[in-house]
Amino acid sequence: MGGGVNSLNMQLRKELDLYASLVNCCNFQGLPTRHENVDIVVIRENTEGEYSGLEHEVVPGVVESLKVITKFCSERIAKYAFEYAYLNNRKKVTAVHKANIMKLADGLFLESCREVATKYPSIKYNEIIVDNCCMQLVSKPEQFDVMVTPNLYGNLVANTAAGIAGGTGVMPGGNVGAEYAVFEQGASAGNVGKEKMVEQKTANPVALLLSSSMMLRHLQFPSFADRLENAVKRVILEGQYRTKDLGGSSTTQEVVDAVIAKLD
Amino acid sequence: MATQLLRRRVNQILSQANPNSTLQLSLARTFSSATAPIRATLFPGDGIGPEIAESVKQVFRTAEVPIEWEEHYVGDQIDPRTQSFLTWESLESVRKNGVGLKGPMATPIGKGHRSLNLTLRKELNLYANVRPCYSLPGYKTRYDDVNLITIRENTEGEYSGLEHQVVRGVVESLKIITRQASLRVAEYAFHYAKTHGRERVSAIHKANIMQKTDGLFLKCCREVAEKYPEITYEEVVIDNCCMMLVKNPALFDVLVMPNLYGDIISDLCAGLIGGLGLTPSCNIGEGGIALAEAVHGSAPDIAGKNLANPTALLLSAVTMLRHLSLHDKADRIQNAILSTISEGKYRTADLGGSSTTTDFTKAICDHL
Repeated sequence: MGGGVNSLNMQLRKELDLYASLVNCCNFQGLPTRHENVDIVVIRENTEGEYSGLEHEVVPGVVESLKVITKFCSERIAKYAFEYAYLNNRKKVTAVHKANIMKLADGLFLESCREVATKYPSIKYNEIIVDNCCMQLVSKPEQFDVMVTPNLYGNLVANTAAGIAGGTGVMPGGNVGAEYAVFEQGASAGNVGKEKMVEQKTANPVALLLSSSMMLRHLQFPSFADRLENAVKRVILEGQYRTKDLGGSSTTQEVVDAVIAKLD
Repeated sequence: MATQLLRRRVNQILSQANPNSTLQLSLARTFSSATAPIRATLFPGDGIGPEIAESVKQVFRTAEVPIEWEEHYVGDQIDPRTQSFLTWESLESVRKNGVGLKGPMATPIGKGHRSLNLTLRKELNLYANVRPCYSLPGYKTRYDDVNLITIRENTEGEYSGLEHQVVRGVVESLKIITRQASLRVAEYAFHYAKTHGRERVSAIHKANIMQKTDGLFLKCCREVAEKYPEITYEEVVIDNCCMMLVKNPALFDVLVMPNLYGDIISDLCAGLIGGLGLTPSCNIGEGGIALAEAVHGSAPDIAGKNLANPTALLLSAVTMLRHLSLHDKADRIQNAILSTISEGKYRTADLGGSSTTTDFTKAICDHL
């Protein structure tokens, strides 16, 4: 742990200023999970917060880590979240925070969200504390629509939401900036660096395929995006070709072949 | 009379020798005879607190648990010695008795005083928050096989409260991790695992990003793990942990974490088994102090109507009994509670039934 794959992600995000991370978590037909009616988009601030990487040892045995929140970044992500909700016909934006304890830091985040919320009167806005949020996610996930969060909470909430809707193998996501966008699996917990998965070819390609359809949409090729998405969804619905994490035993290549066969 | 004099003298000798040791309290108890009751402080709290505290007293009386309750209430005046509504006497009583049970307390709104929970935590040096989460048989949630304990460091981490505005629009918040606090909570976690027959301890962290802070926490956990070779030790990144918890909570046994992650994960686990109304919790302090508490709110809207669910406070009281090593009493009461809930005949409104608090309590007493 230290200088591993995740820090490369951070570098990519900081250098290209990919300030918003999107994770789309929704139930797929044909893939039953414990929770139904899940349709959550987690929009997470991607550049600052707890992941600023500013740590130092004060004296031996005492370490400090700085969490930085700025109005600029909070406003930027709030604007992105509300604009996303507006353009995609979403009804509600929920801000996730811990401002009862971290009054100044998360308080600043909330202030920025509230200011942006007043400019979108057609979209409902509410706030929820992060521990309550996780509890509600596992018991009543249908109450959430679009969620906007600072960096660390976003990571946890995205992984939890991905887990309840089917797992990290199927959730698409992307990192979006003003000039660039990089699409990847929404939540990648547990899959990185596993040699066995590479050898046995049991990695699930669905998440990356759906992320690439998101990329096609971003590039304004909606018909191609729809074709790809429908093919993938049909393969999941049929349930014949599924990798290990979804309860099946196909290899990566078999799933890809099935998707290609379903393309029309 | 003679035994009392002997006990007092033993306490004096032990307190001179070892002022802050669990050994002192447990030795003092072994010198007591089996029938002499153990004194415990009880804070009934506000709202539904007094009703559910009454349930606990009733169940303990029926089960013949050797506990003598010393009740303390939150005052309506700020005590200058503690800077809050809790009096010095209340805190001293917990320090002296070593165990306590706390009902839900509503912090009065206003400035100039510390919150009640913060007062308790700082004055009694409560460094670990322990929440056993297990699925209640008969109360169906989406998860049936949850059986884990979350142990959360309660004094430092992200909740140190050290924030400042650097320039307009830029705020910094400090997260502090110290070797001392991390070692302390890791020691408690492994000690708990050993005494309760648990096989695995998982440390939850984000050391791939926060390399120095969570790295220090992990280093301390590893050091303590070496002293307990019979217990398996593993480290899990927090996002991985969240995902695994919602997919397959049976994978976890004992979880030990710094403050913020602990807050989130323990509430997540409470959500898995049915919410805060059913979750027991216990705070461990320096010197072997244990303050069990109900983590739900004081529910002022149903206060006094005999509708409250005493399960959380009862299960917390059971945790307190286990801390006192009264395992057979604890098992009896826990089994009585679980069988009452699983039978389904007597359930309070929040569990989907229509019984009153008193009926539910009586059903538990009958099951003993």
